[in-house]
Formats: sequence, C-alpha cells, structure tokens
Amino acid sequence: MDALSILIDWSSYIATGIATTLGLVLIALGLGVLLGLPMALGQVYSSRPVRWAIGIYVWFFRGLPILVLLFLFWFGIFPGIGLGNVPAFVVGAIVLGLRGAAYQSQIFRGAIQSISEGQMIAARSLGMSRFTAIKSVILPQAVRIALPGWSNEYPNMLTDSAVCYAIGITELLTVTSRIVTQTYLTMPIFLAAAGIFILLNYGGLKILHALERKIEIPGFGSGAV
Amino acid sequence: MNSNNIVLRVEDIHKSFGDKEVLRGISFDVVKGETKVFIGPSGTGKSTLLRCINQLTIPDRGRVWLDDEEITNSGTRINYFRQKIGMVFQNYYLFDHLTALKNVELALLKVRGMNKEEAREKALTELRQVGLEDWADHYPAELSGGQAQRVSIARALAMDPEVILFDEPTSALDPELTREVLEVMKRLAQQGMTMLVVTHEMGFACSVATEILFMENGVVAERGTPDLLTHDPQFTRMKNFIGQFNSYRGG
Repeated sequence: MDALSILIDWSSYIATGIATTLGLVLIALGLGVLLGLPMALGQVYSSRPVRWAIGIYVWFFRGLPILVLLFLFWFGIFPGIGLGNVPAFVVGAIVLGLRGAAYQSQIFRGAIQSISEGQMIAARSLGMSRFTAIKSVILPQAVRIALPGWSNEYPNMLTDSAVCYAIGITELLTVTSRIVTQTYLTMPIFLAAAGIFILLNYGGLKILHALERKIEIPGFGSGAV
Repeated sequence: MNSNNIVLRVEDIHKSFGDKEVLRGISFDVVKGETKVFIGPSGTGKSTLLRCINQLTIPDRGRVWLDDEEITNSGTRINYFRQKIGMVFQNYYLFDHLTALKNVELALLKVRGMNKEEAREKALTELRQVGLEDWADHYPAELSGGQAQRVSIARALAMDPEVILFDEPTSALDPELTREVLEVMKRLAQQGMTMLVVTHEMGFACSVATEILFMENGVVAERGTPDLLTHDPQFTRMKNFIGQFNSYRGG
C-alpha cells in the first residue's frame, strides 16, 4: 500500500480540509479588510478618544499569541456571552479575522498617511465633504499603495489558520493528522500536506499579483518605472 | 454690496501659527471681473491669505463674504461656497489616481451631482478651454508640469466658480511652461473671470492685474494699479522688491 493510493483513498476528506482552510482564510481576510480599513481611517482622521480605542484594540490583538486568542474566545468569550454552541469554524474565522484586522489596520494606515496632504486639500477646495474626499480620493489611492504590503496577509493567514487544529476545526492540518493516525504514514502524509499549503500559497499570491497589475496606474506603485 | 459688483469682501483677516503672526489685518474688496495680484517676499502670508478666503485655513479673526453671504463661520455650508471659489495650487495637487478627464469630472459627479454624460461633456469642454482635450486620458504622472497645472485650472473652472484663487501657479515651472500657464490665465482674465493671484511673475502682474497688492510682514504695505505702482515714486518698498528681480535678470 503506497502513500499515493492512500492519498487517493482519502481525497474527499482532504478536499474538505482544503475547502475549510480556504474558507477560514477568505472569511478572516475579508473580516480583516472590513474592520481594518475603517480602523485605519479612524486612526488617521478621528478624534483622540477614537484613536485611543483603536490603539488599544490593535495592541491587544497584536500582543497575544494566536493560540491564546483562540482559546480565550473558544473557551471564554463565546460561552461567556451565551454563544457556546457557535460552531468552531465560525469562532476560528472570527478570531483570525479580528487579529488580522489589527495588523491590516496598520498596513492601511501607513498607506493613507503616505498620501500627500495636497490630495485632501484639493478635494476640499472643490467643495467635497471630508467623507466624499476620503471615499473618492484618499481610499482609491490608499488601497493601491497598500496592496503589495497587504499581499503578505494572505500567506500569513493561510499558515496561521492551521492553529484552528487546536479547537477541532477540520481544516488541512486536522485532516492531515487524522489521516496520519489512521495510516501511520507520518512523513509522506505531512509532506503531501506541506505541498498543498505551498500550492495554495502560490495560487493566492499569483491572483494578488494579477490584481496589483490590474489596478496599477502610471506613476503609482510597483512596475511603474 | 452687489450694486457695486463686489464679488468677494475680505475684512480684517488675522492668522497666527504659534507665536508667529502671519496675517495682521488684511482687508480688500474684489469687484466682478477684476484680477488682483498679490506680490511680496516669501513668508509674508500670501498663500495663507488665499487659504483663509476659502477657509482651508480658518482665520483667527476677520470675515469673508462671497456676494452677500458670509463664508466665515458658515459651518458645513462652506462646501457650497468652496464650489464657487476655485483654487489652483503651486504643486497642482491633481488626483494622482485619475486621468486628466476624471480629475475634472470628479467634483462634477460627486459634488454637483451631474450624471456621467453631462460631467464628461463639461469636463471635455474645460479641457478644451486649456488646450488639453487630446490629453484627457493621460494620468497626472504622464503630464508635464505645465499641462498638469492647466488640468488643475480646468478642474477649478468646471465648477463654474465666481472667483478663482491662484496660489503661485507657476512657481514650480520652468520659463516655457510658465508661459503656457500664464497665457491660459491671461485669457481667463480677458474673458472676465474674477481672479486673485499670488505670484512672483512681475510681467504677468503688470500686464494683467487690475490692482497689485504688495504684502509685507502680514499686512498690505502698498497697493495700486500696475501703472501707479511702477511709476509713482511714493511706492518705494515695492519698487525695491521688484528691483531685486530685475537685477537678477540683468535688467
């Protein structure tokens, strides 16, 4: 019985693992953008108390190991607020997303702050409200500037998602280790899992680079020179 | 006020940054169709004055009226007044992520609420006005400084302003590009646009200005028509200032 035929036997289980991992990553990245971008805007444009609150959030989520955060939410916070029967997958995606938002907010903040003050001044001089200026002038530029750095978030999130093994989500690492305990083929199976992680990584980064090129503008960011 | 055709009234503007008093009481009226040119040494508050007019910088004291309405302390209505007061900056401040056409279109769409066709039509008309119709689809990084500045003039014009503030519009340009921008401005002046211009271009000031205001240390030190200022012996300070330019040019 060779490793390949074992992998084929388990292929639908592995596919579940891949789908779960990608699901975690995409939801968490999406949540990260959804929260991280407004947080970045808040840190640049809002009042001191708001900036302070966002600072605390970022400090908290960047300050703890992922596993600690995961256990804190899985065993503590979710049951504590009466959401003890929320599926592990949801808790995992939320924790990864909340943590990702803290990191992403700083990527977006850097991008926003790198935009020259003149852009806002020109927008306001034409009669745009601050909100319109941010939406139509600042954000489109900030997103372009942020994207190369933001691309890091995909491989980070993909590899970080393996920590969800610890709360029993059937993502790729969980699937791998269960197959190992059934077959005792430790190295071949883990190598296969490593190969899958690397392929997912490669594919995702390809898509992100294509996106970078698609929204590229002369005089802006990579490849312009 | 309107009976005298006064478009803009500036009254006793004061502004300090920290302990530095940049503007120490500036007042003047702007009549419809006139071109007022502000000259004077760097750091005398000329740019700050323009920004105090459209409230990009909030003056510490003093008031500004557009037609009969007070701009100062107007709350969010300032966004309405700013549409009526165009502004052109030394470094153009074009929106870097948008083509020339979209730079001109943006405020038409987002502020004036035009539909796409209207905005496009209007933007193309304004680009034609500054001779850049053929450059409509180019991004700011692909334009020369002179072209960029003309796009920014088109962008200001698109809002149909009652007055345009020019903040050293040619200071970042070489002589040739300066000329192409000044020609556009001169044409605007001839068409009856009301303009306030901060500049070091004395030739432009003398040929286009209805009035030159010489600013020094935060006040208007001398003011008058170009003719008066260059020929009347009592305007000594400004003459000294202009003399410095001429001696550089070997004139």
